[in-house]
Amino acid sequence: MNLEEYKGVFVFAQQVDNKISGVALELLGKAKDLAKDLNTDVTAVLVGSDIKGLVDELAEYGADKVIVVDDPELKDYRTEPYTHALSEVINKYKPEIVLVGATAIGRDLGPRVSARVKTGLTADCTVLEIGDFPINAIPGQEQKHNQLLMTRPAFGGNTIATIACPDNRPQMATVRAGVMQKIHPVKGAKAVVEEFNPGFTPDNKYVEIMDVVKAVTDSVDIMEAKVLVSGGRGVGSKENFKLLEDLAEVLGGTVSCSRAVTDAGWLPVDRQVGQTGKTVRPNLYFAIGISGAIQHVAGMEESDIIVAINKDEDAPIFDVADYGLVGDLNKIVPALTESLKAEIAAK
Amino acid sequence: MKIVVCVKQVPDTKGGVKFNPDGTLDRGAMLTIMNPDDKAGLEAALRLKDEYGAEVTVVTMGLPKAEEVLREAIAMGADKGILVTDRVLGGADTWATSTTLAGAIRNLEYDLIITGRQAIDGDTAQVGPQISEHLNIPVISYAQAIKVEGDSVIVERQFEDRHHVLKAQMPCLITALAELNEPRYMTPGGIFDAYDAEITVWGRANLVDVDDSDLGLKGSPTKIAKASDKVRKGAGEKVTLDPTEAVEYLVGKFKEKHVI
Repeated sequence: MNLEEYKGVFVFAQQVDNKISGVALELLGKAKDLAKDLNTDVTAVLVGSDIKGLVDELAEYGADKVIVVDDPELKDYRTEPYTHALSEVINKYKPEIVLVGATAIGRDLGPRVSARVKTGLTADCTVLEIGDFPINAIPGQEQKHNQLLMTRPAFGGNTIATIACPDNRPQMATVRAGVMQKIHPVKGAKAVVEEFNPGFTPDNKYVEIMDVVKAVTDSVDIMEAKVLVSGGRGVGSKENFKLLEDLAEVLGGTVSCSRAVTDAGWLPVDRQVGQTGKTVRPNLYFAIGISGAIQHVAGMEESDIIVAINKDEDAPIFDVADYGLVGDLNKIVPALTESLKAEIAAK
Repeated sequence: MKIVVCVKQVPDTKGGVKFNPDGTLDRGAMLTIMNPDDKAGLEAALRLKDEYGAEVTVVTMGLPKAEEVLREAIAMGADKGILVTDRVLGGADTWATSTTLAGAIRNLEYDLIITGRQAIDGDTAQVGPQISEHLNIPVISYAQAIKVEGDSVIVERQFEDRHHVLKAQMPCLITALAELNEPRYMTPGGIFDAYDAEITVWGRANLVDVDDSDLGLKGSPTKIAKASDKVRKGAGEKVTLDPTEAVEYLVGKFKEKHVI
């Protein structure tokens, strides 16, 4: 592998139902920073069926070039045809960096592609920067410059590791939604568009999609909420989440939850905060009946103000809470709702 | 039907985890468990065994101590445990780990391979899909329901806002979500069997179609540049008051901080 041949920062421009996913636009913003440091350009890889209309949006958010892989086999996400598309793009265009959203699609596609093209993949990065590896020169070991340094939490967010991929290309990373910043779109921006179709021949790895079942609940984006009222196993039942909804309503907030709640089927997965759910940073975060497993804390600890209500005074959630109330949520939450209602009405 | 289940022994991050006063993790307090997503994968395999009759082989890669999770799996009802352990495998990233496990699995007959979606220590969700790539078989990640129909599996595959019902020809690999099921407990008879069960131990020499250059730290494309314990912002105020006082306290704080 001649590493010098590999140039440019590529972003997998995830689309679902022909709509670009927010994380892809965020990655374009980050890719622009990295490309500037490397004195190269940003390429979006757009994979799907009948998707050419999405090219301009990618240009407005920072793509200098868009490679379009358009084929009917790519209509809904399936591992094999998408892996084939992205792997062949990598083999042909030889990017030095490939960024993928750490979504339910990206966390399946990324590993399969990395195994196919034989390179490393760093999951769920929170910081991406260009630097040296090793970071400090070590006598007798070559220090490589212009490497992608990928920082990620491990161990449920308790350890932070910075990872490099010095001997293989491309350097691949996944990043969760909400971590990087989109640029302000440049209206009317245009990208160089290149169509590429590596050919798709179904084999046993092309699984059959028998049904697509969309969640019937109103999809709520908890990452946009300024106030989140989050409940855990301690709330006790699906019905008891009414207490949290009432509190959220008074504050113009949204109800979210820990993994225990989605595992129990009380709330849908799109409400889940934490390492396997979403990373949120609202102005105000209530953790109600949430013990504070580190996987949960990893997803909410950047919130401005954290309020914890829990009957167990030793619950680890109190270690990250600004204000911790030890007590019965069934009594405190309704009383708090009433009090806040009165305060707000009095204004 | 022959099913291979991959499991990992991980530190238990639920419950007993405590922080040191400086905000770092108190590692001394931690016990090890079978990774929860892997346990759901094992339970899914055992249910297929109950329903259709299947031989369930559990494979783990790790230190010799990792045989504990294999005995636990046998106590739950698995038929056989294989421990892949060797000094040369140490320091493996996901690429080298998946290469190793694929090299081990090539010795086995299988219709289905089940792994957990991700382990709670690394949280990468990479090893399952990478094994499937090395073995050149289809993968279905994020399974929330699994059934078998003839020589195919039908799986509900979860996404953020929907699920797909997918049909794949066996052999194939499935990664399991913890919400797939409620894993069974070990039975007294099972524990007895597990105590007596012979665990197969494989090393480097048993891996099929694997180069030395693809194993362990040396064979890992990703390298750690630095690692540190994260320092958290630390606890604020904690009060134990009756509900009325607690509400007054909090509303007071909210006014102070201009939340309301």
